[in-house]
Amino acid sequence: MVTIEKHVSSAPKLIKQKEFGFSGLQKVAKQSIVLVALFLLWEIAPRIGLVDPAFFPSFSNVVIAWWNLVISGELFTHFLASITRSVSGFGLAVLIAIPLGLIIGWYPLARELLNPVMELFRNTAALALLPVFMLLLGIGETSKIAIVLFACTWPILLNTIAAVGNVDPLLIKSARSMNISSFKLFLKVILPASVPTIFTGIRMAGTGAILVLIAAEMVGAKEGLGYLITYSQYNFQIPEMYAGILTIALLGVLINQSLSMLERKFSKWKQNPNGQN
Amino acid sequence: MATAEKIRFERVTKTFTVRDTEQKGAMKEFTAVKELDFNVKEGEFVTLVGPSGCGKSTLLDLLGGLTTPTRGRILIDGKEITGPGLDRGTVFQQYALFPWKTARGNIEFGLEAKGVPKHERKEQANHFLSLVGLSDFGERYPHELSGGMKQRVAIARSLAFNPDVLLMDEPFAALDAQTRESLQSELLRIWQKTKKTIIFITHGIDEAVYLGERVVVLTPNPGMVKKIVDIPLKNRLEDADIRSHPDFVKARHEVWSLLHEAEYLGANI
Ligand SMILES: Nc1ncnc2c1ncn2[C@@H]1O[C@H](COP(=O)(O)OP(=O)(O)OP(=O)(O)O)[C@@H](O)[C@H]1O
Ligand SMILES: [Mg+2]
Repeated sequence: MVTIEKHVSSAPKLIKQKEFGFSGLQKVAKQSIVLVALFLLWEIAPRIGLVDPAFFPSFSNVVIAWWNLVISGELFTHFLASITRSVSGFGLAVLIAIPLGLIIGWYPLARELLNPVMELFRNTAALALLPVFMLLLGIGETSKIAIVLFACTWPILLNTIAAVGNVDPLLIKSARSMNISSFKLFLKVILPASVPTIFTGIRMAGTGAILVLIAAEMVGAKEGLGYLITYSQYNFQIPEMYAGILTIALLGVLINQSLSMLERKFSKWKQNPNGQN
Repeated sequence: MATAEKIRFERVTKTFTVRDTEQKGAMKEFTAVKELDFNVKEGEFVTLVGPSGCGKSTLLDLLGGLTTPTRGRILIDGKEITGPGLDRGTVFQQYALFPWKTARGNIEFGLEAKGVPKHERKEQANHFLSLVGLSDFGERYPHELSGGMKQRVAIARSLAFNPDVLLMDEPFAALDAQTRESLQSELLRIWQKTKKTIIFITHGIDEAVYLGERVVVLTPNPGMVKKIVDIPLKNRLEDADIRSHPDFVKARHEVWSLLHEAEYLGANI
């Protein structure tokens, strides 16, 4: 049952806005303080001999190595290789899994038939299948894109199926009462209602894409950020290795943030401070 | 006022198949509404009262063509209802607005379903937004509207595609007394202006008597027509204190008595 909503009066809102500048700063400070401390520790620990600088170079050395990789263009080559693979695999997964998920979600029979297979596959770690992919598709681009595609497919597919199945029946009823065709119902009601949940799947897939790709590149590749790391390690270019790791971390954060932003944008209408529709 | 018959219930019964609580795994028939048999005239405002669970929403779903009667049939303009249609507009018990569409988008949805061209939709949406007093809230999403506003958008959405019959399922139940009263008179005004046939479900005896030209009183499970009470009130809108009018009080008492007879004991009204 619906209760009477309490509207926030404008006065407290104003006060909140005034505080925002200060509390915003405070927030940034809070969020960065531990990070800064960590980098400081990283800088100092090798210098005072807490760890062996040969295996754990100081932060500034890593940054210098990173900068050199940037200037030489080497980092960009690897970055481009990785991003091309992950975007291709991820993009293909989006193109395949969303339509497939919509169909499976819409037809109960399809869902019942495919459920066991999907359960099995989604619980199979993508990396466990890496040898199979390499045996079948070689160590070239195909196998890497394929493994990213595989890893990305499941979260998107399963979320899409769940999204279609969880559309509020009342909304379907409401649309049906206006005598619209099944096709229109799907296009105008099922699809928009599913978007937020589908985007949650897309965000999960995006995070997974990088993870799986880097691992695949570490096993067998001629370029890419994963390759950069293992290659540097073999050649004892330890600062470069850390530079590669740092780049991946940054890339991961970047992808996650932008996908989260997209997710928020598409589920804006879901924000429901009163807990009701 | 036109007196042509608009809706006719012919011994309408609806049963559902439900799990049997006594026998594990077994199913049994559950009768929601039984042997409904009454008419509604064109342009008439009929209210329906009955205890919770007596089958009011079920009756409305049948009228809306969303479900079909198990026995009997319902006619509109002499034709049997076989499915949903834009000749009927439903305002559901829980708003049922599309949360990803603005108030305006929700109103335009029905117009689009009807095939109204795009440029006309906007104009008509404006008209109905102002009709329900929400001209300034067209671009708001449902979660940015209060309960009463959402309800008004839902009403505007149903009015917009201009159905002959308006089916309303406890549309004002969730509102505070003031908002409810103002929406009630708004609805009466709209009804007088548009001459629509309105079937209005409510829990409120006052509301039923205030709005309805006739009040259909249903029995608790299974829902059957107990009595149809005529409400001889004329100038509901002009008389500010109509609720104290002797005719109102008398009609109110009659409906109240009907709902408090022995068979309702224990029923949640
Ligand atoms: N799809 C269904 N399957 C089984 N039983 C149902 C179904 N829909 C309704 N019922 C049952 O039919 C009866 C009537 O339900 P209905 O929703 O019409 O009641 P109502 O009069 O609208 O009640 P309220 O005033 O609480 O809204 C209830 O006992 C309900 O449990
Ligand atoms: Mg109901």
